[in-house]
Amino acid sequence: MSALSAALRELVGLFVDDSALALLAALVIAIVTLATKLGLVPPLWGAFGLVLGCAVALAASLVGARRGARP
Amino acid sequence: MSSATIGSALGAAFLASFVEAVEALTIVLAVGLSRGWRPALSGAGLALLALAALVALLGPLLGLIPIGLLQYAVGVLLILFGLRWLRKAILRAAGLIPLHDEERAFAHETQSLAQQAADKRADFLGGLVAFKGVLLEGVEVVFIVIAVGAGRGLIGAASIGAAAACALVAALGLIIHRPLARVPENALKFVVGTMLTAFGLFWTGEGLGAPWPGGDWAILALALLMALFALAMSALLRPQQPAPAAS
Repeated sequence: MSALSAALRELVGLFVDDSALALLAALVIAIVTLATKLGLVPPLWGAFGLVLGCAVALAASLVGARRGARP
Repeated sequence: MSSATIGSALGAAFLASFVEAVEALTIVLAVGLSRGWRPALSGAGLALLALAALVALLGPLLGLIPIGLLQYAVGVLLILFGLRWLRKAILRAAGLIPLHDEERAFAHETQSLAQQAADKRADFLGGLVAFKGVLLEGVEVVFIVIAVGAGRGLIGAASIGAAAACALVAALGLIIHRPLARVPENALKFVVGTMLTAFGLFWTGEGLGAPWPGGDWAILALALLMALFALAMSALLRPQQPAPAAS
């Protein structure tokens, strides 16, 4: 059982290092997907929103890491 | 299909697999030089067999998934995977976290193995370390090959890139018998992080039905955009040097 949970942890670790970044990126993807599928925005605008949203999520995570690294 | 897509898939798989193979080599070398080559190579060999079984199992399943859904699912996972690599590479480039040091990783692994030297099962434990190291790094290689290749039927090109990287690292390891400490790992991670994120954004967009301007060339444009963004962020995050005192 512990080997299974360790393997699962390793698998999740492939995609999640900073949980805040993963959560924010997942939120951006979910919002863009919903907006596109509901027809609120055209798919291409949704894709541009995805690029922008992911960049903002990464920037927020990096700024947070810098604050945490300050003495 | 454009040469840009084939080249991007092959290049991304080669560079990402090179980084993973260097890390796996460090572990196998540590086991081989501490406990002997038999446990090191049998552990690594068993891991490669397990990876081959994983590929044989996953390969046919991928064909059953509708292409739009596959692109979307793989794209989302690639975004998370690529952003994770990019974040770490930017933080290292900015000096906020230490660079990955293969010599240090090798010394750490060798020390752990030395502590188990008195154990009757030392060879078995050494083999297990090699098995786990190769399996974990190998799973990442398998994911990267599937992720960059599955969206356009480019698994063959991505596999060639990954196999070439693994063969090159294995050959270098065989020749120099030391961890590949001089490999500019963070620069490679930087490039790979931008490419994987670009592939992820592209596939997810395609999965949503977005007609990317320029078709497949948009992958390179997205990679360039992410690279510029990452370079700007690492410059912004670098701690400011105190201004020299006026004389």
